[in-house]
Amino acid sequence: MAIDTTTYFPVDVTEVAELLDGARIRTDFPVLNQEPRPGKRRLAFLDSAASSQKPRVVIDALTAYYEHYNANIHRGVYDLSELATLRYEESRKAIATFINAASARECIFVRNTTEAINLVAHSWGRTNIEAGDLIVFTTMEHHSNIVPWQLIADEKGARLGHVRITPDGRLDQGHYAALLGREPKLVAFTHVSNSLGTVNPVKEMVALAHAAGAVTVVDAAQSVPHMAVDVQDLECDFLAFSGHKMLGPMGAGVLYGKKRLLDAMPPFLGGGSMIRKVTLGATTWADVPAKFEAGTPAVGDAIVLSVAADYLSRLGMERVWRHEQDLIGYALERIREVPGLKVIGPQDACDRSGVLSFAFDEIHPHDVAAILNEDSVAVRAGHHCTQPLMAALDVVATTRASFYVYNDEHDVDRLIESLHRVVEVFR
Amino acid sequence: MMNIAEDSIYREIILEHYKNPSNKGTLDPADFTYEDVNPLCGDEIRIDVRITDDRVSEIRFSGRGCAVSQASASILTEMVEGMSLDAVKSLGRDELLEEIGIPVSPARMKCAMLGLKVLKAGVYGIDHANAAVDDD
Repeated sequence: MAIDTTTYFPVDVTEVAELLDGARIRTDFPVLNQEPRPGKRRLAFLDSAASSQKPRVVIDALTAYYEHYNANIHRGVYDLSELATLRYEESRKAIATFINAASARECIFVRNTTEAINLVAHSWGRTNIEAGDLIVFTTMEHHSNIVPWQLIADEKGARLGHVRITPDGRLDQGHYAALLGREPKLVAFTHVSNSLGTVNPVKEMVALAHAAGAVTVVDAAQSVPHMAVDVQDLECDFLAFSGHKMLGPMGAGVLYGKKRLLDAMPPFLGGGSMIRKVTLGATTWADVPAKFEAGTPAVGDAIVLSVAADYLSRLGMERVWRHEQDLIGYALERIREVPGLKVIGPQDACDRSGVLSFAFDEIHPHDVAAILNEDSVAVRAGHHCTQPLMAALDVVATTRASFYVYNDEHDVDRLIESLHRVVEVFR
Repeated sequence: MMNIAEDSIYREIILEHYKNPSNKGTLDPADFTYEDVNPLCGDEIRIDVRITDDRVSEIRFSGRGCAVSQASASILTEMVEGMSLDAVKSLGRDELLEEIGIPVSPARMKCAMLGLKVLKAGVYGIDHANAAVDDD
C-alpha cells in the first residue's frame, strides 16, 4: 500500500542570520500582515504569552491535514487513517526530540498545560498523595498549577506549602529549601512566570526536590516556546506545555513524564484507545502513552504541533531566546521614560523572559490596555490567572506586554509611544 | 499627541466623571448598602442609598477600578437621584448607555454595567437581581 510519507512542510524560513529579524519573520504570519483598518496602524501584537500567532506553514499544514488525510487514528485499516496515525506518531517523536525526551512514549498529547497538570494531579496524585502529605507550589504559579493541587489536597486531606517570593518577583530560595525540609511528596513550580517573566532555576530546584524525596512537576508553558528546554538535563519528573503558545494550533499540548512514573500511574480518563482489554467487569490498560489518551485526540492539531516546533527549530531556540532578551532589555530601558509607571517583577533582563508587567499608581491596567488598543498595540491586562502573586506583590492587576519571534524594536517603540498617550489622556 | 479616536471610550464624559465623580462617598446610616466586584477588571463598587417616600433621596458610591466602571457609576448616581424605586427597578442598560453616550465594547460592558448591577441588586434586596443588566 502506498502511503505518501513525504513531508508536506513548505517551510519558508531559509537562511537565518546570527540575529533574528522580527520584521522579516512577521511576514510569515498572516494575522500580522493584514491590512489595518482605515486610520489604524499595523498591529503591534504584544500578547504572545497568552497565545502566539501562527505562521503560514502551520496554517497550511493544518489545512493539508483536513484536505488530504483527515481520519481517526489507530485501528483504521485504510490509507487515510494509516497516514494520519503515522503522522500523529511522527509528531510525537518530533516533540520528544524538541524537548530531548529519552523516548517519544514519554510525551502524552493533551489539550494544553492545564490538562497536563490535571492529569498528573489526578493520576499520580490520587495514587500517591495521602492524608497529611505535603504538596508544595509557589506563590507565582498560574492558577492551573495551583487549583489542581488544592483539589487533590482537599480530597486526600493533604497539606499545602507555598514558596514565598521576593519583592522583585523571584522565588525565595531560602524558603523553598525550608519547605523541602518538611519532606513534601510533590513539588510543582513554573519554569517562567507568565505574569512577571521571572526565569526560575529549574535544574537546581529539581535536584533539591529530588534530594528531599519529592516528585517534581514543571509548568513549562512560558519556557518551551521561548528557550531550549532539555528535560533530561533538567531531570524533572513531569513537564507540561501548550502548543498554542509556541506557534501551534489551539488544541494540542504535551505532558512529558518519566516513563517509569507514567507506567506506574493509573489512567486519567477512561474510554476508547486507552485500553488493552475490556470486559463488562474490568479493563486492563494500554501502554503509555495511549493509556493517557482516551478518546479521539485533536489529531490535526497534534500533528501540526510538530510543524510549529520545526519552524522554531529552524529559527534556533538559542536565537529565539537571545532575540527576546534583546527586546526585553530594550523595553526595560525605554519603559522607564514613561512617567508614573513602575515595572512589576525583576527590574533587569537577567534571568527574565520577554514578559513585561507594569502598573501606574493612578491608572487602572484595563484602561491602559484599552488605550493601547486604540493605537493597535495588543497587550493584556488583569491578574493573568495569578491572583495569589498579585496579592503578594500588593497590586490589583497589571498590564502585560510579551514578546516573541515576530516582534522587533519598533513594536517596543509603539508600546512606549502609546503609553505616553495613556499618561496624556489621564493627565 | 492628544488624539482621542472617534471610537474611543476615553472621551470627556468618562474622564471627567472618573477624575471628578459625582456622589462619591458613603452614607451612614443608609437604607441599603450593596457592593459587588467585576472579576474581569477587579473593579469594586459599593452603593449606599437613602430612601424617602419610595424614592432615592440620597445616593453615594465608592470603590476602585477602571475609569469605565467608576465613571459609569458616577453617571448612574446622577441619573437615579430622586427616582422612584419602581423606576430604578425597570432601569435598563440601554438607558445608562445612552447617558454615557459613547460606544462601549462588549469587553467593557461588564465594567460599564457594574454600578447598575449593584444598585439593582440593592433595590431588590437580593444577591443577583441582575438579569436585566447582564450582557451574556
